[in-house]
Formats: sequence, C-alpha cells, structure tokens
Amino acid sequence: MGGKETGGVTPVIFVLAYLAIVLYIGIFAFRRSRSQAEDYFLAGRSLGPWVFVLSLFGTHMTAFAILGSSGHAFNFGIVTFGLMASSSAFVVPLCLLFIGTRLWAAGKKFGHITPVQIFRDRWECGHIGTVIFVLQAALLLPYIVIGVMGGGTALSVISGGLIPFWAGGLLVAAVVMSYVFFGGMRGTAWVNAFQTVLFLTFGLIAVFVIGNGMGGFASIAERMLADPKTSHLLTREKFSLLAFLSYTFNPLSAIAFPHIAIFCLTAKKMTQFKRTVMLYPLCILLIWLPCVCLGVFANQATEIPALAAKIDLKLATGRPVVADDVMLQLLSHFAPEWLAGLLGAGIMAAVMASDSQILALSTMFTEDVFAYYGARERFGQKTQVAFGRIFIVLVTAVAYFIAMNAKASIFDLAVQFSFAGFSAMMPLYVGALFWRGSTKWGALAATVWVAVCTVSLFFTPRGFTILGFAPVVPMTLGSVVLLWFVSLLTPKPSANTVNRYFSV
Amino acid sequence: MKIAIPLLLAVYYALHQDFWNWTAARPLAFGFLPAGLLYHGLYTVGCAALMALLVRCLWPADLEAWAERKPEE
Repeated sequence: MGGKETGGVTPVIFVLAYLAIVLYIGIFAFRRSRSQAEDYFLAGRSLGPWVFVLSLFGTHMTAFAILGSSGHAFNFGIVTFGLMASSSAFVVPLCLLFIGTRLWAAGKKFGHITPVQIFRDRWECGHIGTVIFVLQAALLLPYIVIGVMGGGTALSVISGGLIPFWAGGLLVAAVVMSYVFFGGMRGTAWVNAFQTVLFLTFGLIAVFVIGNGMGGFASIAERMLADPKTSHLLTREKFSLLAFLSYTFNPLSAIAFPHIAIFCLTAKKMTQFKRTVMLYPLCILLIWLPCVCLGVFANQATEIPALAAKIDLKLATGRPVVADDVMLQLLSHFAPEWLAGLLGAGIMAAVMASDSQILALSTMFTEDVFAYYGARERFGQKTQVAFGRIFIVLVTAVAYFIAMNAKASIFDLAVQFSFAGFSAMMPLYVGALFWRGSTKWGALAATVWVAVCTVSLFFTPRGFTILGFAPVVPMTLGSVVLLWFVSLLTPKPSANTVNRYFSV
Repeated sequence: MKIAIPLLLAVYYALHQDFWNWTAARPLAFGFLPAGLLYHGLYTVGCAALMALLVRCLWPADLEAWAERKPEE
C-alpha cells in the first residue's frame, strides 16, 4: 500500500485558488444585480434550468453530505447510506414535485419571497408568522455552524495542520460571507452550480485514487469481513429496524428548510422542476455512495496515525468517535499533492454550501421582520438590502463562534436539531398549500410543539428514542395532529383568501 | 391512476425497509460492495425512474398557468 505524510503546501495553494475563483464568481454576479430586494434575495426569479438544478442540489448537499456521512459510516457502517441517502432519493424529489411547485406558484402569483410571507397571507396572521420565523432561524443556525466546522476541519487536514481549525473556519466563513454579501442569490446560485459540478466530478476520482492507494477495495472488504470487530460495518445487524424506519422522516425537512423553500421561488419557469426532480436521486447516489464506501473502508487505514487513533479509541470505548475528517485524512494520505489539492477543493465546494442558509436567514429577517414591521416603507429598498447585508455579517460571526465551541459531530448536530425540527415543520407547508381548512392557530400549535420538542432534545442523551423510534417521528406526527385538531376547532381565514389560493 | 400511483408510492416506500438484507454482507458486488449497500444503490436508481414516471403522469400543468395569471381582485 502506498501513502505519504498527511497534508502539505501544494493542496493548500489549490484550495486557496479555488476560494479566489468562488469569490470572483460572487463579485461578478454582484455587478449584474440591482439594489432591489427581489433581485438581491431571489435573483429576480430568473434562474435558468441548469443553474437551478445544480444550484438546488448544491444548496442541499452540505458538509453533512461529504464529511458527516463518511464520519458516520466510519462509526456505523453501510447503514448510513440507507438512513440518509436512499431515503432522501425517494422523499426529497417527491417534496419538490408536490410542494416545491406549489411554493413556486404561490410566490410567483402573489409576489412572496419567503415561506413566512406565504403563511401570513394564507392564514391571515401577523405575529404568528414572526413566531414561525424565530423557530426557523433557530433551527437553521446549527446547519450554518456545521458548514463553518466543515471548513475548519477541511483546511486543517488538507494543510497537515499548517492552517489551524480556527483559522480554516474563519477563512471559509469570511469567503462565504463575502460572496453572499456582494452577490446575493444570483452570486450564491452561480457559486453553488460551480461547486456542484466540482464535487460531483472529483468525488468519483477520489474513490478511484484512494481505493488504489489502499490496495483495492475488494481486499479491504474481505479483511473487514474476516475480522469480527469490523464485519458488522458491512451489514446493519447492530442497527434497529425501527430507528432505520424513523430516518425516512428526516428528508421531509428538505422542503421545510428555508433556504430550499426560498430557492424554489427563484426558478424562471415551473418546468425547471422537472429536470431537478428526475436527476435528484442520481446526484444523491453520486455523492453519497463514494462517501459511505470511503468512510467504512477507512476502518482498515491503520497506517494513517490519526485514523489508527480513532479506530483504537472506538474499539476501547465501544462508542462512536468524532470522525468528520476521515475522508480528508484518506485523501491527504493516498492522493498525490496536486490531486489532493483539486479533490480538497471539491470537498470544500460541498462544505461551503452554508452560503444559501446564511442568505436565507438574511432574506427572512429583512422580509419577515424588517419589511413586515414597516421599516421598508420608512427607509426604502436600498436600506433593506443594506440591512440584509449587515445581518449576513452578524449571522456568520455567531455561527463561527458556536462552531469553535461545538463538541458534537457534524452528523449529530444536523440530525438532532435541524433535520428533526424542520421535518416537524413540514406539515405547515402541506396545511397552507393543500388544506383549505387549516388555520393560523393550528399552525401556531404545531410551531410551539416543534419548539418545545427541540428544546427538550437539547437535554436528552445521544441516541434517545421513544418506543424505539427516533424523536423525529413523534415530533412530526405530533405536529400533524396538532395542526389538524386545532384547525378544526378554530375560525378559518376569510373565504376570499382561501379561494385565492385554491382557485387552480 | 388515482389508486395506482399512491399504491406504487406505498410499495416503493416499503421496499426501503429491506429487512431481508439486514445481516447479510455477501454476495459482495464487484468484489467489495456489500449486499445491503448494493440494494440501496439500486433503490436510488429506481427512485430516478419512479420520479420520471411521476413527472410524466402527475405534472401540475395547470399550476403554472394559474401562477402566471394576475391575482384576481
């Protein structure tokens, strides 16, 4: 088996060049955009078909998909793919087809920019919309945090420790903040499209190179099966069927993520969803299968000191270890420096998907709070965009601070807070867009339920289940029941409003 | 069609719970891909085919026309 010392200067140069290109794309987009809110926050609802497909996928695939998945597979084996990838391949396109198109249509017809604007209009509510905004913002923050953590981890490992975790996180946060700040949605979308092409291409190359470096996956698989300490990683025997079933609820979060919901409003034509819906499963396969394979087979890469230490710790304690850097360790060790740089840039591309989340938070703040409470009328659209930009800086700073102090792994942070919370918010979208009988009080009951559950999750131990199900299941079902039951008991919006939304 | 599509979706969702592959690693596809991983890889490809079918059969064509029309007073 080949191999070398982990990290170096050459890969860092490639990654820095990549960051410069990304910045240029963002600034180029800025030159084209105007200081109108719809243009800055939604790219003027004018994204073309291929940018829409690639960018929507890139927006959804984050550090979680690359670093979190391989780290989870390192600990738990092949179950990772079924837990998140194949379930997402089924559920996410369905959500885009049925809910995403409705969101686009409502946004286009009534000029809405955020989901909360749709909720306020549809349910004739004001402050309840603000409550929904606060919860959405609180649930989205962990997702932004994992982007910064991923950036710090990636740069630190690629550089062989030359760039410390804090500096890597800072650099990535600053670059992302800059092109979101200048480019708005247009810049973010073009950068995401570029990043998606990059990580789809280099992901496959990474598997081939690392596989060769490790002496071929076939011999690794045979060695793992022969060893009782690792053979279970190639099956799912240590994972419960009910927990596996529970994870099919997590992809429901995709359409409830504000950055995805807002992104649905950017399409020029609704027909652009067709290609996205059909290609989505294949894109997921191309990203997740290599990551899961590499994460599992990293259990045989004992010649890498950092991985050997993790394997020893895992065996000694019988508990999972933080392993977000597994993929990067393999890459830095087995790929030639120039290729490690290119592949590292590909990984950075996925890691930096936190851009659209930061922009979404800024859009929500300026539209759902700033504009809604009268500041736009008083100060004008230019000031609104300026406030949006200030908010981008603040959010990035807060996310950076949390990331530097976070103890959990990327996978855990995402699953426990963002995915469970947003999955349980999904019934609000279905209620607003498909059920004439839904009311603002039903929406409020479901929102409060999700908030209480999320706070409770903060105090529960890792791996907490209810009757064998992961928390996402009772959270989502509770949200459905509350929305339905409270809506039945409370007054409906005016017939005029309901008819406006259901006159298709 | 009203029954066929929901039924198809329910069956496809159920197929995700492949308990019959739970403890089996072999046969290893291409010499390294465990049975459970191969199954879910193929399941994902099947999703793409399923989505193509749904787009063909259930595309909400009237929704786009509705969205392009100006809101009624």
